Amino acid sequence: MFDEANNQDDVDSENPENEHISDALKRRLLPAIEFRDVDLAFDDQVILDKVSFSVRRGETKFILGGSGSGKSTIINMILGLLKPDGGHIFVEGEDITDFDDVELMRIRKHIGMVFQEGALFDSLSVYDNVAYRLHEARIDEDEVEHEVTRMLRFVDLEDAIDKMPAELSGGMRRRVGIARALVGNPSIVLFDEPTAGLDPPTARTICELAIKLRDIEDVSSIFVTHEMNNLEYISSEYATLDRKGQIHYELEGETSCLINTEVMMLRDGNIIFSGKGAELRDSKDPYIRKFIRGK
Amino acid sequence: MNLLTQFLFELQAITNLFWRSLKGLRKKPRYFPELISQMDQIGVGSLGIVVLTGFFTGGVLILQAYPTLEYYGAQSNAGQGVATSLIRELGPVLTALMVAGRVGSSISAELGSMVVSQQIDAMRALGTSPVRKLVTPRIIALLITLPLLTVAADLFGLIGGGIVANQLYGLDINLYVSSVRTGTDIGALVTGIIKPIFFGVIIGLISCYKGLSTTGGTVGVGVSTTQAVVASSINIIIADFFLSKLLQSLMDSTLF
Repeated sequence: MFDEANNQDDVDSENPENEHISDALKRRLLPAIEFRDVDLAFDDQVILDKVSFSVRRGETKFILGGSGSGKSTIINMILGLLKPDGGHIFVEGEDITDFDDVELMRIRKHIGMVFQEGALFDSLSVYDNVAYRLHEARIDEDEVEHEVTRMLRFVDLEDAIDKMPAELSGGMRRRVGIARALVGNPSIVLFDEPTAGLDPPTARTICELAIKLRDIEDVSSIFVTHEMNNLEYISSEYATLDRKGQIHYELEGETSCLINTEVMMLRDGNIIFSGKGAELRDSKDPYIRKFIRGK
Repeated sequence: MNLLTQFLFELQAITNLFWRSLKGLRKKPRYFPELISQMDQIGVGSLGIVVLTGFFTGGVLILQAYPTLEYYGAQSNAGQGVATSLIRELGPVLTALMVAGRVGSSISAELGSMVVSQQIDAMRALGTSPVRKLVTPRIIALLITLPLLTVAADLFGLIGGGIVANQLYGLDINLYVSSVRTGTDIGALVTGIIKPIFFGVIIGLISCYKGLSTTGGTVGVGVSTTQAVVASSINIIIADFFLSKLLQSLMDSTLF
């Protein structure tokens, strides 16, 4: 009887911890983003037709597709900038489909968005652009300065801190855009064609940042693009930290398997492919083959 | 979409924008530094052109009216005529038209450029309401500064009229001032201050709406800027008629 009571006490004392662990596990297993049968049409034109997919925590989901296939629409829907006609959108487990502006503002705090051309505020310096979210939240200036410097170091642009956006090259603007998106440590980062119009080495730098976010920072991301070399880099390389804290990019070999990068291809508002990068390359679908090889 | 549907659609969108910009006043964060900066750009920045407009309008009123008044021997009433027409009508309307041209175009072009370069989307993605951050401060700044600019235009118009009457036609300045005071009643002053408040809202709302609804890249920015100035100017002239009639009836009934 006495022992039984003691055992009962042990179980009770473990319960909160168990619940805590199971909550963390549940959170970990919950998709960061989920679309369920999402429809959208503008007048007679169907943009998305019952699209369903999910992005797991720490996963990078590539969305490929030609112009007008609905890639950027998906990103705008995750941010709540566009509402679906039907279906449900979940972000961090919350159904945001019918959220009002106030609730969407709360959700957007978890999301970092990298725009095609950077979309930096022309009237603000690099420092103020990166600090934008923190200034809006009225954070202490010392803390803001520390965070901005940290983020600019992450994108290797500490020297540009006092420059104006007009003084930056295309690649630098996008890297500042990435730094701005990462302030506040968002758990989800959305990339909308971040390498469009960039030279190959600069595009490679942007891809390395995405790899670093995925493998070192454990960020879930959606990478919208129609450039196949982005997929090549991100689905075949991974980032590791050595003992000195230096980041190395290594090719996926026999010892590792990039389970956290998936590809999805859209055509006329439908998902025509979903799987790994290697499976996409081996696809026999004529449209996919033409998309990959250009003919 | 036919013209009537388009008009109703735009009216609905502008009303909705106005409502949301008013709601922006009620909730935090409020953007006071943005408001002060806009008041500086709109108010202080427009002072020069508004003062010049007022000065030469007052001058030309005397230039055209004085010979006729002299013909009837009523030249001592010259100041009264300038005061009445300037304070009640020309001051508010011309100031609003000048500000619509200078500020309306600038607001529309700035917001339009922000739309086409995705800066508005970025702002929303970063958790800021563009209406609260951009529209509300601009409308409030116009609402505060336009009456002040109108007073400046009226004042310099009266000075301009006085200089022309005195220097070109030799009218005694004391006679002019006394005539101006006869023509400046409380009804004229109230009318002259109330009108610009409405005109400020018209310029701010139309320019912000046109800017934020820009589509079609840089060409679209040019189109929305032109539309903002034209629509603001036309609406100022139309609103002036109805406001004049309304204020006239109100003044008559309250015996100002």
